[in-house]
Amino acid sequence: MSANGRPLIEARGVTRILPGVVPTTLVHDIDLKIGHNEFVAVTGPSGSGKSSLLYLLGVLDMSTEGEVLIRGKSTGHMSEEERAATRLSELGFVFQFHFLLPEFSALDNIVLPMRALGRLSREEMRERAAGLLDSLGLAEHQNKRPDQLSGGQRQRVAVARSLANDPPLILADEPTGSLDSKASEQVFQILRNLVDRQSKTVVAVTHDLGLAERMDRRVQLMDGGIVSDSALNQ
Amino acid sequence: MNLVLDVAWTHVRSRARQTFVAVAGVATGVGFSIMMAALMQGSQDDFIRQLVNALPHITVSDERRVPPEQPAETAFEAAHMYGLTPETRRRGIKNPLATMASFEAWLPGGVAPSVRVQGIIRYASRDVGTSIFGIDPTRELKVSDLAKQMRQGTLRSLYTATNAIILGDRLAEKIGAKIGANITIQTSEGARITAQVVGLFHAGVRSVDEGTAYVLVRAAQILAQQTGLVNELRVRVADPMSAREISSRIESETGYKSVSWQEAHEDLLSTFVIRNVIMYTIVGAILLVASFGTYNIISTITHEKARDIAIMKSLGLNERTVRAMFVVEALIIGFAGGLIGFMLGYLLCLALGSIEFKSPFMDTNRIPLAYSAWHYSIAMLVALASSLAAGFMPARKAARANPVDIIRGAT
Repeated sequence: MSANGRPLIEARGVTRILPGVVPTTLVHDIDLKIGHNEFVAVTGPSGSGKSSLLYLLGVLDMSTEGEVLIRGKSTGHMSEEERAATRLSELGFVFQFHFLLPEFSALDNIVLPMRALGRLSREEMRERAAGLLDSLGLAEHQNKRPDQLSGGQRQRVAVARSLANDPPLILADEPTGSLDSKASEQVFQILRNLVDRQSKTVVAVTHDLGLAERMDRRVQLMDGGIVSDSALNQ
Repeated sequence: MNLVLDVAWTHVRSRARQTFVAVAGVATGVGFSIMMAALMQGSQDDFIRQLVNALPHITVSDERRVPPEQPAETAFEAAHMYGLTPETRRRGIKNPLATMASFEAWLPGGVAPSVRVQGIIRYASRDVGTSIFGIDPTRELKVSDLAKQMRQGTLRSLYTATNAIILGDRLAEKIGAKIGANITIQTSEGARITAQVVGLFHAGVRSVDEGTAYVLVRAAQILAQQTGLVNELRVRVADPMSAREISSRIESETGYKSVSWQEAHEDLLSTFVIRNVIMYTIVGAILLVASFGTYNIISTITHEKARDIAIMKSLGLNERTVRAMFVVEALIIGFAGGLIGFMLGYLLCLALGSIEFKSPFMDTNRIPLAYSAWHYSIAMLVALASSLAAGFMPARKAARANPVDIIRGAT
């Protein structure tokens, strides 16, 4: 929780049903509060609604019922532009597959969200992007395109991109899912450091229970609902 | 570079082959549109130029559009009168010199008197009905291109013989008369004179070259059997396109029938409207087909870039920005196609203009072409507008896509 006791992000009775001939419930009645400087693992079997919950928390998707609040502000009635602005400044996404723009260099991929936000000058953006790459051990790769990088390097660039606008919350969807154990450990350590050294909040969806055990809090989902939350169990 | 422009430029550059095909499509459309417009406009301008130059811009005759009322009609109130013999009036324009002086006070151009007589030219047993104009060679220079149209002799040659005549070259050919030939002119008034051919002209309009002859005013007055007669004033204005307005003013001021070149050739000019509609329809169709290429490439790019669109939206770029990226891509294709189309159009015009041919219907031996900045501007505007329309639809669809659907599909 923040100093004023307000969670950084909160889900209140969130339900997401996909419309269709046979409506599909992705998640239902989710109540979840995540504060500052937390390292949260969201676990559960395939189809349990882990990624759906992450997209709802990241205001990429909109709930059918209930609402998501970021810093106490409801996102339910936000326009598309307001939600985009919220993602730009408050959230950073890391996906299982790096999802870097293939035509842009590593540096330009990181600069892109900064340019969209437009708070820094061109030189400041490049300087910050280079600094982020340097801090993740990719200083010599900044001008390489994604297809010139290894899987682990790409994922580290994706983490650097999620930090471009210095958001307080990083949402990671299976960030190590496509990596070998060495690269996986590297990415985990980076996320760990974000929490420990930069006071970021990281919410990571993972199948890897060993990795989840090393995180500070574990939220387990089953059939679209939370079945256990280590923060509540304590 | 602006973010939108930067991403758009990167996309079109990274798909060089597809971009090239789309740009080539637009360029072909623009190039052929420019060529078509130059061709149509050129032939129209050439035709109008010949019409304008063949005759005076305005002809004021001694006729009235509405016949004057008969004295009996003004004197008596009656529903209808039968058997009235119309009052015979002396032919000709009253006080022609004073009328000309009044025109010259306000009219931007020149005025010349003339006497028009219908007659038959006889030579070597051939009779040809001809419009014979009595002209003042000095004043005629101000109102027509006759001096420039002379193929043999000059206007001043009319002073070299007692009854000198200048014939249209086709008329001379028809009757077999050459310079120095003595021909007979007979009019319906019963006058008959012998005139010497002193010159031949070529106006470029068949009806004029086949049926027109020029003599001095004095000779025409003898043919009309009326001394001092001037039944036509020939007017040339500085801007031929203003002839219609000036003609109406002359008519309202003098009461005489005043016919501008546009009115005289109204039927021909009205065909240009249809021609232009056809031309712009064809040009529009060419560019529309080209825009399908642009639609295709933008649709393909947005389809291929669906994942990137989802990523950009997840990063926080809003729909407007994403849409703008693809619209700008379409505009880049349209603009590049337009620029290359300019070059293609110009080269096509040069190639077309260099072809020599012989036509029995035209004096020129090359296709007349009009080089106008308007053609280029319109083609570019249409290319950009069609590219914009072609790019907007797939761009809007792409920007509206739910990123979650795409990310789920990708993973």
